[in-house]
Amino acid sequence: MTVEQSPLAAFAHEGGDVRIAEIPFLTQLDLRLDPDGPAFPAVAKALGGELPTAPCTASRLGDVDALWLGPDEWLLLAEPGRQRELEVLLRAAIGEEHGAVVDVSAQRTALSLAGPAAREVLARGCSIDLDPRFAPAGTCVQTLLARTGVTIVVQEERFLLLVRASFAQYLAAWLVDSTDGAGR
Amino acid sequence: MQLIPCPWCGPREEAEFHYGGQAGVAYPENPAELDDEAWARYVFFRDNPKGPFAERWVHTAGCRRWFNAVRDTHTYRLMRVYR
Ligand SMILES: [Zn+2]
Repeated sequence: MTVEQSPLAAFAHEGGDVRIAEIPFLTQLDLRLDPDGPAFPAVAKALGGELPTAPCTASRLGDVDALWLGPDEWLLLAEPGRQRELEVLLRAAIGEEHGAVVDVSAQRTALSLAGPAAREVLARGCSIDLDPRFAPAGTCVQTLLARTGVTIVVQEERFLLLVRASFAQYLAAWLVDSTDGAGR
Repeated sequence: MQLIPCPWCGPREEAEFHYGGQAGVAYPENPAELDDEAWARYVFFRDNPKGPFAERWVHTAGCRRWFNAVRDTHTYRLMRVYR
């Protein structure tokens, strides 16, 4: 019997103005698709909304978050355990057209960063301006945070960080270090 | 740090990118017919201007797309980027 263990099992940080927690085992599917091809509207119909085509944005489509990763690439996030169901749905929508759906759920884990000092903690290791005037909810950037490749999704009331499993412990430790003195 | 404007993501720090050399180096039409010198010229020889130079860059830590840039090799100024 195998036991599922997330990269940051048992990790959590709650210090004053920042709350950091892992959101383990999210369903994560990488979707490659031509935005001008016939499968694009078919996928929109299947997901109940169009994939975001503006660079560095994310959209909520029903109960799936669609993150723009590139002009023909998206990352779909959903609750744990929905891999098969979504893969079948997307493959049916793509049909014989050119496209790919790959389960990459094990590649990254997710962290939620919330609290009044969350933005300041990120600013200590990230060059992206996350001021709400420039990065409102719905912004999704792939960048470096403390020299680690991350995807940052700006959501209402929190940041969602996606980090590769093998970098998760380092990043979590860096985040906790960086909360020191933040918000003061 | 110098900012490089990714044609998809906008200005990002140089550390997010990797350099891909001269742009527009065409693969030989009949590679089997090249002699060693012609093959070496294709593989290793590149222009080295002082001034504007068309280059390939990839936004490694971001959207991971390759794009073209015209960069002034004297001032490091990126004059133009295009998809
Ligand atoms: Zn980019």
